[in-house]
Amino acid sequence: MAVITYREALRAAMREELQRDENVVVMGEEVAQFNGAYKVTEGLLKEFGPKRVVDTPISEAGFIGLGIGASMLGIRPVMELMFWSFSYVAFDQIVNNAGNIRYMSGGLINCPIVIRGPANGGTNVGATHSHTPEAILASHPGIKVVCPATPYDAKGLMKAAIRDNDPVYVMENTILYNDKGEVPDEDYIVPLGVADVKRVGTDLTIVAHGRAVITSLKAAEILEKEHGVSVEVVDLRSIRPLDEETILASVRKTHRALLVEENKPFCGVDAQVAYIIQAKAFDDLDAPIGRVSSIDAPQIYCKRMEDEQLPHAARVVAAALKVLA
Amino acid sequence: MAKPAVLTHPESLKKPAGPSEFAKHPVNAALSKAEKVALYTKMARIRHFEQRCIRTYQQGKIGGFLHLYVGQEAVAAGTISLLGKHDHIITGYRDHGHGLMVGMSMNECMAELTGKVTGCSQGKGGSMHYFAPDKNYWGGHGIVGGQAPLGTGLAYAVKYKGLKGCCLAYMGDGAVNQGAVHEAYNLAALWDLPMIFVIENNGYSMGTSQERSTAHPGCLAKRAEGYGMAWDVINGHDVYEVRAKTDAAVKRAHEESKPTVLEIFTYRYFGHSMADPDKTYRDKEEIKGYRENKDPVLLFENELLAEGVLTPATRDAINEAAMAEADVAAVFAEESPDPTVADITKHIYWEEDNRGPNSTSRGTIIFE
Repeated sequence: MAVITYREALRAAMREELQRDENVVVMGEEVAQFNGAYKVTEGLLKEFGPKRVVDTPISEAGFIGLGIGASMLGIRPVMELMFWSFSYVAFDQIVNNAGNIRYMSGGLINCPIVIRGPANGGTNVGATHSHTPEAILASHPGIKVVCPATPYDAKGLMKAAIRDNDPVYVMENTILYNDKGEVPDEDYIVPLGVADVKRVGTDLTIVAHGRAVITSLKAAEILEKEHGVSVEVVDLRSIRPLDEETILASVRKTHRALLVEENKPFCGVDAQVAYIIQAKAFDDLDAPIGRVSSIDAPQIYCKRMEDEQLPHAARVVAAALKVLA
Repeated sequence: MAKPAVLTHPESLKKPAGPSEFAKHPVNAALSKAEKVALYTKMARIRHFEQRCIRTYQQGKIGGFLHLYVGQEAVAAGTISLLGKHDHIITGYRDHGHGLMVGMSMNECMAELTGKVTGCSQGKGGSMHYFAPDKNYWGGHGIVGGQAPLGTGLAYAVKYKGLKGCCLAYMGDGAVNQGAVHEAYNLAALWDLPMIFVIENNGYSMGTSQERSTAHPGCLAKRAEGYGMAWDVINGHDVYEVRAKTDAAVKRAHEESKPTVLEIFTYRYFGHSMADPDKTYRDKEEIKGYRENKDPVLLFENELLAEGVLTPATRDAINEAAMAEADVAAVFAEESPDPTVADITKHIYWEEDNRGPNSTSRGTIIFE
């Protein structure tokens, strides 16, 4: 086991898949010569050359559409969006084309593309660059969405995404890029649709994904130390497919659920999770389901207020105590 | 490189078009009699299939949108007749003619229109979404211009694999104002992709004429110059000319791996779709002029009669057979079953349709 960063884990996943399959191509703005806007693809051009690691113009609808078309003929493009916020100018390609083509062709065509990049607030860049579109995209059947929170999951999910034969959208987080964690030396994948219990507990289940998992783990520490509460933290890892069983098993054990995400509340991922829990584990609940989301406004620029807008440990602790009351 | 020109203007509609100047072009001279008859037969089949669709639509058996290809047959016929094993096509929503040209059956095409499980997309795509990837036909796309980047990706894949092939991405004249098309132009030129953008210019983007939709409307293909791409304009009523000029673009793609924009002047006889009453934006005399003097099927028929390739009797037999085939397709569609409720949730994910112990995907993917 090596201890590497989330960024290095993503890079290692792409590097290993580039080595494993000659049809894998890494493509995007500044991924090659510039070594990646966030250095995730650093060194890949040098190792694999310009046929496999390709710089694109600032032309998301064009190059994402190109990747989708190429994937229909068996290329396995791994496309970087510098920010998932930029997916909005390529929405027709990402949703209408990648998401629908298998269905509309009656299963004749499939689209093994990965689109990846950061999707997060908290970096003081204002509303246009801080979108978290996992719920928007996961609401379209035909699309898969994963949100890794740790280096281990980042590498394993990225490798599974590249080998998957459907469009998989990997939402990373710039704030996590330098986080370190243990990653096995041998080849492994984290299958899509398998949640992970990041912390075992008995009194309350927190369900989270992406950086909200890290926030929730901090809150769980505080809840244990200061309030004597044993919290279980379930990391969804994958939004669609979704591991309902792990969520439900945890709730059936603790009888209380708090849902934490960095999305805005309206139709966020947790709206769906809350529905599933009340539909399938209603009798197991001892309290209404609690929820912590970003404060419902476009992302504010002011850094001090943005840190308030996003879920933080103190807010999660307060919400947890309410569910536990 | 051709000069910009509007090839269809009111004066030309008043007298019958003469014989093709391109009959003796090498790519046409190389056609055997049987190949010429086959090409004519394919054009006639498109014509009769589409006309049969009108009846089926009027009987209330086809839902949604129905965009007919009648009048534009020589575009799909001429271009697709040139293509080989590693050449691919993709188009917009007016996609029936291309489907029949690549060899899709009338049965599967008609059944798709009526939403039946025997349709090419099992009743999940409809008129705008025909697909036959086994015949290098990648759709059938409903959003104007959205197929241009996809086609560029097909060309990219052909080049990546080191194959001598290309991709033809068809679009209407309205699509040239979509951003995705310009992004595709830029990528195709920047990366020297074996790509041919075919603008099927039928004069109207739905009910809006070029004068009302497009800056510098005289020549849409000329926009290629902004990307350093070769371009040409083609009389799309003459299938020989379509073949001759498209052949140059195919060779450019195959031998130099360079893209081309072709603007093919054509005309649709019916409304934008069957939902268009076609009463507000063009003159009935204009339609009559095209039908009488520029009809692509009739003009090719006249060529072949003059060449002695067709006789009135063989011509009639071909047309009667095509009509009968379309009637059979209508009955086939009528008698075919609908998809089932269980079918609604199939063909969404490859991994779900093929789930096994080593799948990369688990968990719930279709929600209640």
